[in-house]
Amino acid sequence: THRCGELLQKADPCFFQFPLCPVYSQQDQEECAPLAEDQQILSSDGEPQGEEQLSGSAPTQAKKKKISYTKIVKEGRRFNIDLVSKLMYSRGLLVDLLIKSNVSRYAEFKNVSRILTYRQGKVEQVPCSRADVFGSKELTVVEKRMLMKFLTFCLDYEQHPEEYQDFTERSFWEFLQNNMLTENLQHFVLHSIAMVPRETHTEEGLRSTQHFLRSLGRYGNTPFLFPIYGLGEIPQCFCRMCAVFGGIYCLRHSVQCLVLDKESGRCKAVIDTCGQRISCSHFVVEDGYIREEQRKGVEHKHISRAVLITDGLLLQSESEQQISLVTVPPLEPGAPAVRLVELCSSTMTCMPGTYLVHLTCPSSGSAREDLQPVVSRLFTKPASAGEEGTLLPAVLWAVYFNMRDSTAADRSGYDLPGNVHVCSGPDAALGSDHSIRLAQEVFRQLAPHEEFCPPAPNPEDIVYDGDGGQGEGAGFSEAAQAEEGAAEEAEESKEKEASQESSPVEVGEMPDPPPAPLAEE
Amino acid sequence: MLKEREKKLKIYLTSRDACFTKRKEGVLDEEVLLLTQQLLSSNPDFATLWNYRREILLHLETVRSEDEIQRLYEEELSFLEACLKVNPKSYGSWHHRGWVSTRLPRPDWARELSLCERCLSLDDRNFHCWDYRRMVVRVSGVPVDQELQFTDRLIGSNFSNYSSWHYRSTLLPLLHPGSPEAASPQREPPTSSACSSPSTSPQTHSHRVCEEQLLKEYELVQNAFFTDPNDQSAWFYYRWLLGRAEREEMISCVYVSREGERVVVAFSRPVNALSVGLLLVVDGQPQQVNWRSAHPRLRHSPMWICDLPPGTISDTSNEHNLTVHWTERHTHRDCALYTGRSESWCRDSATDLELFRSELSVEKSSVLQSELQSCTQLLELEPQNKWCLLTIILLMRALDPLGYEKETLAYFQTLKEVDSMRTSYYSDLCSKFMIENTILKMEYAEVRVFSLCEKNLSTLCHLDQLLLVTHINLSSNQLLGLPPQFAMLQCLEVLQADDNAIENLEGVYHLSKLEEVSLRNNNITQLSDLKILTTCPRLARLDLRGNPITQIANIQSQLAELLPSITELLL
Repeated sequence: THRCGELLQKADPCFFQFPLCPVYSQQDQEECAPLAEDQQILSSDGEPQGEEQLSGSAPTQAKKKKISYTKIVKEGRRFNIDLVSKLMYSRGLLVDLLIKSNVSRYAEFKNVSRILTYRQGKVEQVPCSRADVFGSKELTVVEKRMLMKFLTFCLDYEQHPEEYQDFTERSFWEFLQNNMLTENLQHFVLHSIAMVPRETHTEEGLRSTQHFLRSLGRYGNTPFLFPIYGLGEIPQCFCRMCAVFGGIYCLRHSVQCLVLDKESGRCKAVIDTCGQRISCSHFVVEDGYIREEQRKGVEHKHISRAVLITDGLLLQSESEQQISLVTVPPLEPGAPAVRLVELCSSTMTCMPGTYLVHLTCPSSGSAREDLQPVVSRLFTKPASAGEEGTLLPAVLWAVYFNMRDSTAADRSGYDLPGNVHVCSGPDAALGSDHSIRLAQEVFRQLAPHEEFCPPAPNPEDIVYDGDGGQGEGAGFSEAAQAEEGAAEEAEESKEKEASQESSPVEVGEMPDPPPAPLAEE
Repeated sequence: MLKEREKKLKIYLTSRDACFTKRKEGVLDEEVLLLTQQLLSSNPDFATLWNYRREILLHLETVRSEDEIQRLYEEELSFLEACLKVNPKSYGSWHHRGWVSTRLPRPDWARELSLCERCLSLDDRNFHCWDYRRMVVRVSGVPVDQELQFTDRLIGSNFSNYSSWHYRSTLLPLLHPGSPEAASPQREPPTSSACSSPSTSPQTHSHRVCEEQLLKEYELVQNAFFTDPNDQSAWFYYRWLLGRAEREEMISCVYVSREGERVVVAFSRPVNALSVGLLLVVDGQPQQVNWRSAHPRLRHSPMWICDLPPGTISDTSNEHNLTVHWTERHTHRDCALYTGRSESWCRDSATDLELFRSELSVEKSSVLQSELQSCTQLLELEPQNKWCLLTIILLMRALDPLGYEKETLAYFQTLKEVDSMRTSYYSDLCSKFMIENTILKMEYAEVRVFSLCEKNLSTLCHLDQLLLVTHINLSSNQLLGLPPQFAMLQCLEVLQADDNAIENLEGVYHLSKLEEVSLRNNNITQLSDLKILTTCPRLARLDLRGNPITQIANIQSQLAELLPSITELLL
């Protein structure tokens, strides 16, 4: 019965949805410092700064009523801000798993509608699908052919090793240059399709390109999906499926300490913050909960993140409802490439008239140092009344923070009992393949002979002998109830807190979990 | 699960039988409407039930008020939507929807259009929906330019869509007609046509689309085939764009032979002269004649022959004026036979008409030239692309068939290599072009000798154009026979076809002037193959050396018996 609950624990801290005041789980405490600073800036990034610039005199754009900072604070509950910014590859492990397990029925998705990039000082659309290439006004017909030819090759590059064998020891960038691709095509392929740094080896570049291309066309003209209401939905969906089949969640309880068996050294129970002892045969925990003493020189990388609320699209189009992935190549040599995801209100993560922008890159400095240069090039400050708005969208609210990227940590880096399984937090990659593989691996340790996330039967496929009634019969009543309860909840409110409180299978309430110390019995 | 299915089947069968019984009893009430609805929603392809429903609805129309009928049909439409969700390609559902839409007292065509749009966004090649949509567009009078934008959108999202390209080809001539006669008066006038002056092409060919729009279309379709050169739909549309309207039906030639007392009439397209009202007038006198095609196997033929009553024109000191009327088409053609002449003709030459460019429009050659450049550029990138190769050949033919002959042959060679499955097709096409070129050369030289040796000819065509030819040399090709159409060479005196693989002489039929036939090194095996030569009364020289038939014992005497007119036989 713990199985899915444990999976939840793994995934849960990665995805938080919160109204405008960001809530952080404890493991991010040290990274909260820049946040606090930014909350200061938040107020100065918002209205006050606008007021400072009253001097402008040109008339405002009459047709567009700008959303103010006060307004977004008032409508705070219409924002669902994920701490992690990822997209789902249409042919990635996550989508496959959602389909295979039928968990997909609990969520709805939107296609990312555009792939954009920042090139020569402006944002432009990347032609990546066949339809894009066909429709592109920027490319000459010969470029169209060259690009299509190259992409077609990448789709099954393994079949044509002669094309790249001279470049296996050289960089993908060199390979692109050698393939008669014009400068703009090189940019598109390297930064926006393969999304790798210049020095990446040819084969890895080809592999990344292939991954992107294979996801094209499954659900639309870009390779990506985004869940409505945000990424926080995904773990919640798995939890719902788990609850239907009997998973139990102890909400607002966190683990105080582990009880270890003296002889075997294995964890045999946990004590929660209420002092309740819960026996267990396995314990799954996220890296952030592990105290320093239990780490043996585990080195962590960091991810720089920024979240903005803006008032306009980075690249205007016929429709205001666009979900865009924007790749920003390193602004100067040595700087990281920044990935930017721009969400519109139809994703239900922000209110109409605003856009939620996530910026992500591997940290080389603080989030602000890494990302501010990009923000200042792509966005502007809100124009005050009477001031002529620039073409750039304005930032109404911003937050910068760093997150620990614990994915490089090895099992042997922790001094823990064998039946305690540590999961890393999210990585900096765009897809979720790492988390899925990890979940699968942990599951294999827990239940070596069970299938991972087997397909759940459709309710209409369940036929009971003799009852003649509807699909849901005895034995499922509890689960069905639980599901209904959750469904009602989902409609009522998307705030996780509320949903958890009234979930019928919860045990008690707890504030955010503190780090779990180990105890010996 | 099995149990459930059995149960469902039982219910289904019971309801079906109930429906049939009620129909027999002539029940036309709403209860049956509900019953058929239940059945159709699980199986929308049950034509009988749709018919029954229409009977009921038609009956209800007579007994209900208009508002009630409106409501009834609206319910029918939403029911149909559910059926289309079950099977978006159900013939029955789409047909019924079309029927209901036309019965509806106050139809909401905008809604129907948006339904089509939704369906096509799910499957842009659902031809049922395309059909229905065209019906809605026609009935509700959606402007043509709006429809063109619709195809823009669909092509933009996926250009591998024959339906969209084809729809475009029907819309463009309405919206941007190319020449005055193409802008048919019964259609709505062009709304936004910003077309340049009508083209300067020869009188018989009208452009389908004005040049300015054509240029835009070229650009669009080039984007498609540069993006994906292996997608046929774009190439086919391109062929259409480069093409021109079909030639006008007309009499292209009247030939009269004094000696044979015979008139031959050629048409721009094959016709059946027996049913089109052909009338021959000689010196003002309508003649009672029997028209026959050059060969009895040709029912539709571009050439028809009649014998004049003996003595009508045989006196060489007389001049005669002949007119052939094609009453069905309200057209005619004159031909004068002057004193002392043994034959006469009046015709449009292939060179005047630019006949063999007819597969491509005679645009300003600069436009075609730049199209050729684009395609050549594409070929450099895709040297193996058959569509590109073929299009280049066609463009070259439109531009200068004789000047590009050498390149054309080389491209055909490449085509046969890259697309070996269609070698024979390319051979035939190449033969056709070679024959066309030879006809052009012959006409420029103003001779009646047609010589086409060592050109890998696999087939013969355009034989109607060879009516006046007296000497033909087809030696060293790959011909397997002389087809019935060969009988259209009515003036032929000498036939040379050595070094082929000819086994069939079917077309050497009633060639009244034929004197010499050389068929060395062919594949004639039996005496019966030569029987057809008895229809050629003047045949005097026959060369059969190198044919299997020469191995037959006593062949010389048998041949002498079969063809007594022959004075020189080589075996």
